[in-house]
Amino acid sequence: MVGDTGWRRAAWVSLFVLPGLIGLSLFTIGPILASLVLTLFDWDLLTDPSFIGFANFERLWHDDDFWAALRHTLIFIVGYVPLVMILSLGLALALNTRMRGLAALRTAFFLPVVSSWVAVALLWTWLFNPRYGLINYGLDLVGIDGPRWLYDPLWAMPAIILTSVWKDLGFVMVLFLAGLQAIPRDYHEAAELDGASAARRLWTITIPLLAPTTFFVTVISLINSFQVFTQVWVMTEGGPAGSTTVLVERVVRHAFSYGEMGYAATISWVLCLIVFAITIVQLRLQRRGAFDA
Amino acid sequence: MRDAIAPTPATPLSIQHPRGGTLARAIVVAGRLGRVAGLLLAAAMMIVPFLWMLTTSLKAPGTVLEIPPRIIPSHPTLESYREVFDLVPLGRMFANSLFVTATTVVLQLLTCALSGYAFARMRWRGRDMLFIVYLATLMVPSQVTITPLFILMRQLDWINTYQALILPGIVSAFGTFLIRQAMLGIPREYEEAAFLDGANHWQVFRSVVLPMVRPALATLAVFAAMGSWNDYLWPLFVINDQELMTLPVGLSLLQGRYDTDWNLLMAGSVISVVPIILVFLAAQRAFVNGVVTSGLK
Repeated sequence: MVGDTGWRRAAWVSLFVLPGLIGLSLFTIGPILASLVLTLFDWDLLTDPSFIGFANFERLWHDDDFWAALRHTLIFIVGYVPLVMILSLGLALALNTRMRGLAALRTAFFLPVVSSWVAVALLWTWLFNPRYGLINYGLDLVGIDGPRWLYDPLWAMPAIILTSVWKDLGFVMVLFLAGLQAIPRDYHEAAELDGASAARRLWTITIPLLAPTTFFVTVISLINSFQVFTQVWVMTEGGPAGSTTVLVERVVRHAFSYGEMGYAATISWVLCLIVFAITIVQLRLQRRGAFDA
Repeated sequence: MRDAIAPTPATPLSIQHPRGGTLARAIVVAGRLGRVAGLLLAAAMMIVPFLWMLTTSLKAPGTVLEIPPRIIPSHPTLESYREVFDLVPLGRMFANSLFVTATTVVLQLLTCALSGYAFARMRWRGRDMLFIVYLATLMVPSQVTITPLFILMRQLDWINTYQALILPGIVSAFGTFLIRQAMLGIPREYEEAAFLDGANHWQVFRSVVLPMVRPALATLAVFAAMGSWNDYLWPLFVINDQELMTLPVGLSLLQGRYDTDWNLLMAGSVISVVPIILVFLAAQRAFVNGVVTSGLK
């Protein structure tokens, strides 16, 4: 620093910044811009790209398959987000205490989180097997005739939702645990001395003070679940009868099965706009302090 | 009555309750037992599927499709593991995954640490603007870049190459952000002393700053390793040569060909899940931190 002349200083900065910046420009910033341009083109990668203006967006507007995929994505979210939040909050509350053996339990909940989605999706496809799978066997034991799950247009999405909840439970639980541990113990001790019951303390202390975490977790879960893909691709490929097509599945399908690069990019931008919208709402609410404890 | 509900001395439940009454204590005990029962049930729901994965992989080929399903195989065998390695080059895929993951992690740590240093410890024109650009890219879902990236890989003739698997993953705006935040917390005095002794930026980076952000580097390493080892969408796009496939893609290839041979599919799944679980068990703290921090993304 001392005695660094202009060019020497620039050389040092370049040395540190350029490796990352070149990579980011080539593999992230460039492609983002290219993808935006691509929405205006029709390109099958075999012939030259042709400029078609906003035709891709017009097509999108009238594309029933796109709207179906958006609808299925929303159905997934409506099932997945509340379920994963409630179950993992329950787990976090149960785990947020000093008790022997809890660390081992926490480890158990985390195993699906670190496992690859393909392996987990395969495992659950097998568990949901209508004839030989463990789930319908278990249902049979209690006298329920289990559905055909992934082979049934009505039950395929619930099966995917349950699988996703199982995989992500530990992840969301750890976020809630971090939030719970930030609540000062004194509050609970004071309330307990005043004779407040555990249920009352949960409603008047824990839940309100956990609001920032809950808000944050909701936003992440929403953003992540709009991008649901691998479990769908491995478990149903969008079937049966197109009942589990989702947005990212559409992107992949149009880009790689139909060779429609421009249209695939267009759908991916719809996804991007949804994520932007969620992020903007999040930032607004945060700035207003609506969810500050 | 008292005897019926009094906790036995061996149980660690004898915390003094402020209201102290027998009934109140009974409620506390019942609550604790309920909590433990619920947790054990939930843990079983997590573990049993993994056990099912393992025991299915140990079943002899003809004994997988049974009614009622058997959790414990009657004649456990490693036959499926032998067969799965014959059917697809699983050993090669395993090595590919290992190589791609290791290279990605090392290079990502390097680029993120270097940029993190420039953003946190150096002053230069345009720094804050560029940092905002980095942050802005975090909002864009990866599916947006995947189509143009695929086209780029085709133009470079990189389809079915290791560089296509590795290079797009070596830079991470999130990782840069993570390391920068950690480096911002280091007091100026440390590096000033080094600079006065005549050290240059590289020496300060290498021997003063880097050792102080080791936890953040560990967190990023774990996060990057998990992402790379389990990545599916991108390798699916750029690799169709079996010899270059990573494990997740290899597994889905196996599924496409032998979709009812669950002993084979579960053997493949075990092989893909075990390494990352072992790494997780060895470095739990860094893992949990990595996942919590990745929530920020």
